[in-house]
Amino acid sequence: MSRIIEGLLYSESHEWVKVEDGLAIIGVSDFAQSEMGDITYVDLPAEGDEVTAGEEFGALESVKASSELYSPVSGTVEAVNEELESAPEKVNEDAYAAWLIKVRMSDASELDALLDAAAYEQVAK
Amino acid sequence: MFDSCDSTKDVQQSLWRSTPLNLPEVSEPDVVRHYTNLSQMNFGVDTGFYPLGSCTMKYNPKINEEIVPQFNGIHPLQPAQTVQGVQAVYDFMDKALAEITGMKRFTFLPCAGAHGELTGLMLMKEYHLRRGDTARTKVIVPDSAHGTNPASAAVCGFDIVVVKSRPDGLVDVEDLKPLLGPDIAGIMMTNPNTLGLFERDIKEIASLVHGCGGLLYYDGANMNPLLGVVRPGDMGFDIMHLNLHKTFSTPHGGGGPGSGPVGVAERLVPIVDVPKTSGFHGNFGVILRACAYILTIGRENLKMAGPLATLAANYIKESLKDSYKLPIPTVCKHEFVFDGLADGGDVTTLDVAKRLLDYGFHAPTIYFPLLFHQALMIEPTETESKETLDAFIDVMHLIAREASENPELLHTAPHNTPIGRPDETAAARQPILKYSFD
Amino acid sequence: MSTFAYFPHTEEDIKVMLERVGLSSLGELYSDVPPEFIHKGDYDLPSAMTEEEVRRWFENLAAKDTRLVVFAGAGAYDHYTPSVIPYITSRSEFITAYTPYQCEISQGTLRYIFEWQTMICSLTGLDVANASMYDGPTAAAEAMRMCVACTRKRNTVVASARLLPAVLSVLETYSRYSGINLVVTDDVQEAVAEGTLDLAGVIVPSINRFGIVESHLGLADLVHQMGGLLVEYCDPSALAVVKTPAEWGADIAVGDGQSLGIPLCYGGPYVGFMACREQWMRKLPGRIVGQTADAAGRRAFVLTLQAREQHIRREKATSNICSNESLMALWCTVYLSIMGPEGMRKLNAICYERSHYLKEQLLATGKFEDPFEGRTFLKEFALKPLCNAEKLQQALLDAGFFGALPTPEGYVTFCVTERRTPEEIDALVKVIKEAAL
Repeated sequence: MSRIIEGLLYSESHEWVKVEDGLAIIGVSDFAQSEMGDITYVDLPAEGDEVTAGEEFGALESVKASSELYSPVSGTVEAVNEELESAPEKVNEDAYAAWLIKVRMSDASELDALLDAAAYEQVAK
Repeated sequence: MFDSCDSTKDVQQSLWRSTPLNLPEVSEPDVVRHYTNLSQMNFGVDTGFYPLGSCTMKYNPKINEEIVPQFNGIHPLQPAQTVQGVQAVYDFMDKALAEITGMKRFTFLPCAGAHGELTGLMLMKEYHLRRGDTARTKVIVPDSAHGTNPASAAVCGFDIVVVKSRPDGLVDVEDLKPLLGPDIAGIMMTNPNTLGLFERDIKEIASLVHGCGGLLYYDGANMNPLLGVVRPGDMGFDIMHLNLHKTFSTPHGGGGPGSGPVGVAERLVPIVDVPKTSGFHGNFGVILRACAYILTIGRENLKMAGPLATLAANYIKESLKDSYKLPIPTVCKHEFVFDGLADGGDVTTLDVAKRLLDYGFHAPTIYFPLLFHQALMIEPTETESKETLDAFIDVMHLIAREASENPELLHTAPHNTPIGRPDETAAARQPILKYSFD
Repeated sequence: MSTFAYFPHTEEDIKVMLERVGLSSLGELYSDVPPEFIHKGDYDLPSAMTEEEVRRWFENLAAKDTRLVVFAGAGAYDHYTPSVIPYITSRSEFITAYTPYQCEISQGTLRYIFEWQTMICSLTGLDVANASMYDGPTAAAEAMRMCVACTRKRNTVVASARLLPAVLSVLETYSRYSGINLVVTDDVQEAVAEGTLDLAGVIVPSINRFGIVESHLGLADLVHQMGGLLVEYCDPSALAVVKTPAEWGADIAVGDGQSLGIPLCYGGPYVGFMACREQWMRKLPGRIVGQTADAAGRRAFVLTLQAREQHIRREKATSNICSNESLMALWCTVYLSIMGPEGMRKLNAICYERSHYLKEQLLATGKFEDPFEGRTFLKEFALKPLCNAEKLQQALLDAGFFGALPTPEGYVTFCVTERRTPEEIDALVKVIKEAAL
């Protein structure tokens, strides 16, 4: 049984979003990391890159699989979690602490389309 | 001496190397011993049975190896008048492969199967472009296709459209129909597909795809069961590749060299030599071996190759279907897929594969095709005796029993190999990709 | 036993196997194939030959090829193959193995690939190498694609017109179909400095098609300023002495391993190599072997970083390459182990000495001019013949030599490897001296 945290927003493709000071902090859910198994690499965009809601911004890699990451919101990447470059296992250890990117949103209304914890529980099964 | 031929001693401007060259400094006897010892940690077709699905690991005849050195001294740019023998080999192979496949002409530039796919897709694009048909930007690929199909299409600049398989494992013609249109360059088909099933709707698929102006590409990786029985050209395919290192018995060499000649139907003959996809004339040494195989097998035995390979696959399938889950029970071609153990508990396909190594067999292809979670894809070939197949079947039954009696034995397998299961996660997280000289 | 050596089944075996399957004939195995697709009658192929007949068939053909003393290069070099190499590489544990997916029974293959990666890094000076490409020209094409992948959204690659013709034609083919904007130019510095906005990369030769060792001083800085990657196309044998791609500041090195003792064999099989700086490691195409350990702590080698590859990433893979040229990588690895650093230096010194001797002798005939006077070369060089180039080549062919390859500029190139003896060189010069050209 994977962990789902109250107060975060979720996408159907298993990313989570936390909004802080107008920045969307994006990660993957505990369900996503447990489905992947041991994550060996997190492929992330560069600071300053544009991301679009519903479109790919990176990928999680394990030894035998790769899974694309889809941005829940549109905007500009303001920060990338560089720690994951050398320590991708942090995503396995705590998917909600190991954020991936922070995005300056161009359209905050896109958040409305995301799921709350209860709704996501129905997806992450 | 090289520093002294420099007019300048300035390292920055010098044309010569200043970094020391780290290479082994060992005697010839030590080199021989080192690589001989390495070879003994390897498994090959000559070592034992290699039921690797979609890889067609048949016997590599020894006479083929002896042919090649006779041609070693020929420079690839020698004028035609000095390479009449070489040319005769290419001409023979062009005609022989055309006869075997029902295509019209072959190009021998591609050095492997995926390279053939890419060359074939370039021909597909060239064909449409020459007709001024520039809107055909998409290629259809079944969800059961080899990974090289969508990858090759992407390298060739096509967008990929996936067509689904039906529950019976065949391409869903109803799912295909709405995908067809003026933007479709063609479809890539593997027939029999990666589940080892003959795409029996191929005639309708060919007419639908041709009807929308697209071309049919045949992935020859699974040609072996059709060898001597069915010709892709007769099924309506316009472009195809062959893997000489599968169907035509040349050795895999631990991952190559292969050869992936591409054949085309009549209407593509004028452009067959247009894409220059390798430096000279393809892997001539591999083509020579395949040529020797065709001469040896001859028209008499060719007709038996596909049927005997197909019989071997069905024999294993029927013998093991009580111990392993068989999702698609119909007659297969050269290969078939089990979806793990029938009653495996927490014993996975990986465990079964690793335990096979302990018993002196190579593992089947595992976790492919992606349609099944515990896929074990088994392909014997026509060069395996009934005794070998029986021994494999016995061991597979034994492993199924071990799975219920002593699962830990399988989780920790292999036990009798030079190394045990390595930590692949560590290898990928902190890559060490060369020796350190520090 | 059956009557054909490669099919081990007796009539009885076939009968028993068919019974198990529940069929009564081999034909029924194809009952799912529409009958019109079953091939009727015999294939139009020769009748099966015995081993001796096969041998004779090829001996007859081989006799139709002219044995020539090779004074040509242009991407295929007649270096000597130490006898240890065919001995090792023909061991059936190496040659009959598949790609090392089951690492526990493939440590031999995995280990020599790891050695190959190490040696390619040593030769090029770069950080990471993959486990082989088809040949040098396709490695260059993959490097072109890699430049585009590494720089994202950038799509122009500038290639030097002085790359080998075989390399340029493969680059042009790949760019045409993949939609990369390839610019081939005589003056790379100028083209880059002009500032094409979406420069992804630049490909230059280490030794160009006239045999000249090129200087790339300042080029890497310029290319990096413009946001692109620098690729150098190299002769790995020459890298033992010429400045390395790393020393010139290149990001990627590619080339053909053929010069490391692989026979000419009419163009293949050869082996492409590719190395890059660590920062681009995850964009490399093809197989890569890594070191790790098993549960007992024993050193183990495995295929790694596989999430880049087609069998996992499908259309998003870094390349479509699957089968490569593994055995030819072993060929080169054994070669470099036999030669060692000193052997490689000596080899290059002999090539240097003998090629310079030939050039002097040819100029002394008065039948050539030197269009590249003072330029540094190693084993291959270009001269401008003061006679008809085709007649010159034909005169050499008639005397049993293959050399004086014509270039589009009206030059001819010669190549002298360590296999060419002083006697052969003198004989070639004599032919030219005496020929009425």
